[in-house]
Amino acid sequence: MSGTPKQDFGLFSNVLPSTRLRWKGRVEFVIEYLIRFAGLSTILIVGLIFYFLLREGTAAFLDIPLRQLFGNRWYPIEDFFGIWPLIVGSILVTIGAVIIALPLGLTTAIYLGEFAPQWQREILKPLIEVLAGIPSIVLGFLGWVALAPIIQQMGAPTGLTIFTGSLILAYMSLPTIISISEDALYAVPKGFRDGALAIGATQWQTTWRVILPAARSGLVIAVMLGIGRAIGETMAVMMVTGNAANIPVLGPDMIFQPVRTMTATIAAEMGEVAQGSLHYSVLFWIGIVLFVITFGINSLAGRLMGTQAGRRRKGQL
Amino acid sequence: MKRQQANKLAVGIISAVAALVVIPIMLVIVFIIVRGISAISWEFLTAAPRQGMTEGGIMPAILGTVILTFGTFIACIPLAIGAAIYLAEYAGDNRLTHWVRLAIVNLAGIPSIVYGLFGLGAFVLFLGLGTSIIAGSLTLGIMTLPVVISTAEEAILAVPQRFRTVSLSLGATRWQTIRHQVLPQALPGIITGVILGLSRAAGETAPILFTVAAFYLPQLPHSMLDQTMALPYHLYVISTQVPGMPLSIQYGTALVLLLIVLSLTLVATIVRTSMRRRREW
Repeated sequence: MSGTPKQDFGLFSNVLPSTRLRWKGRVEFVIEYLIRFAGLSTILIVGLIFYFLLREGTAAFLDIPLRQLFGNRWYPIEDFFGIWPLIVGSILVTIGAVIIALPLGLTTAIYLGEFAPQWQREILKPLIEVLAGIPSIVLGFLGWVALAPIIQQMGAPTGLTIFTGSLILAYMSLPTIISISEDALYAVPKGFRDGALAIGATQWQTTWRVILPAARSGLVIAVMLGIGRAIGETMAVMMVTGNAANIPVLGPDMIFQPVRTMTATIAAEMGEVAQGSLHYSVLFWIGIVLFVITFGINSLAGRLMGTQAGRRRKGQL
Repeated sequence: MKRQQANKLAVGIISAVAALVVIPIMLVIVFIIVRGISAISWEFLTAAPRQGMTEGGIMPAILGTVILTFGTFIACIPLAIGAAIYLAEYAGDNRLTHWVRLAIVNLAGIPSIVYGLFGLGAFVLFLGLGTSIIAGSLTLGIMTLPVVISTAEEAILAVPQRFRTVSLSLGATRWQTIRHQVLPQALPGIITGVILGLSRAAGETAPILFTVAAFYLPQLPHSMLDQTMALPYHLYVISTQVPGMPLSIQYGTALVLLLIVLSLTLVATIVRTSMRRRREW
């Protein structure tokens, strides 16, 4: 026990400092490698999701002619696998949801961004976050036990209709629409607002003629992501749209007819099919169609976001 | 002044529409609390369902949801935090990064039922895990990735650049800087994102339909390879699949699920606010 006190190198106390440093450098190399891998794995996962959908769903379009796959009769027991009624169902419910959610969402975003006093903002924003947090099954349950009877009392033949689904979907996509449009409004440079007010425009004129046009690309993104959310919603829609796989007859009371969406079909029927059967792979085929639709919408929105960010950097917004 | 009147009218309409958004949210929550509170009892929370689920409690479903949420946490965290660090600290402004971001936007937009299909194809069948807690957790974990990545990235980016500059200038390596300076500062923000992501996962039904959820399983799971009941699926089952179900049990189940999810959201909000208050920068 003489001489200089032994320096403590922790775990590596028995190796020379230089080796220890090299070791540490190597550990660091591995960690950075793992981090890069984690980042790139997101691309890999999207690829894997598509791959596994294809893997299980290919049989559908190998065995059934495309004409029939997009035919207008969905009746799996007799091997009619036309998904057209399901696509129409999804589109109708989504359009209904957008028609309801768009004015509500945009107006709320404008209110929050331009008109609401600070104290209201501090109450409203958490409330909208709460709405985003309510599980879809809970809203579906409420639609099923509480909203559907009301709609039936209003004179519809059944309470489980396109309208019921659209109404619930609208509220489910509101948080997305509100938060993204609010960001878009917020991103409009303050100078625009001040300039308009300074030349005597009212608050409303400023909003309508200056802020909204300047924010329009962001608002488009908000609507697109809202649509993407609405078209993929499953449980609530399955519970309240009536699940009738038919194409509603065009007309004024169309919105009070039941439909069945793509998502609901997968959720309702996957539990009952035999693995590897044709019906099974057709359900995966519907999944592929859904994947492609949402992938298209989101990629486009992502591109717009990219160009928007670019424009902002260049100071053109 | 006509202009001023138009302005007043517009502001009035806008406020009314905003109320149209907010009031139903409050109504929904109050409604479920009022209708569900009578069903909540010690027995309801701690007993297994009896008599074809029309009596007894929902304990296996509650526990299943807790287990699945924990499993989601394990499955999601390493990859999500890694990806967030990559995007915030390592990614250059190039094509590859652009693709990673596009992938994350798309992951966030993939319908939950498609995640369910993926879980069925990849984990249940291809990896042979069967309908099990492990398969369900992995599916939910992947679904939760984009939420956690985006919030964690934001939290890391919010750490001021000077923390990094000083640390690097003292001779620390890039990883040492991240590990000892950036991550501790970003931790509360990351935790907020993680909790928010988990609260989504806890309430999801579609991804667990074919990967883990059991229709009725009165005993508790024994291993990670067992099926389990889960609250969201249980609510679906008792409200649509079982005839003659007492309404109070349905509302009670909805209330318990809502409370679990909203309390997670509340915790996340509290962490975020206290973080903003305590921040040194």
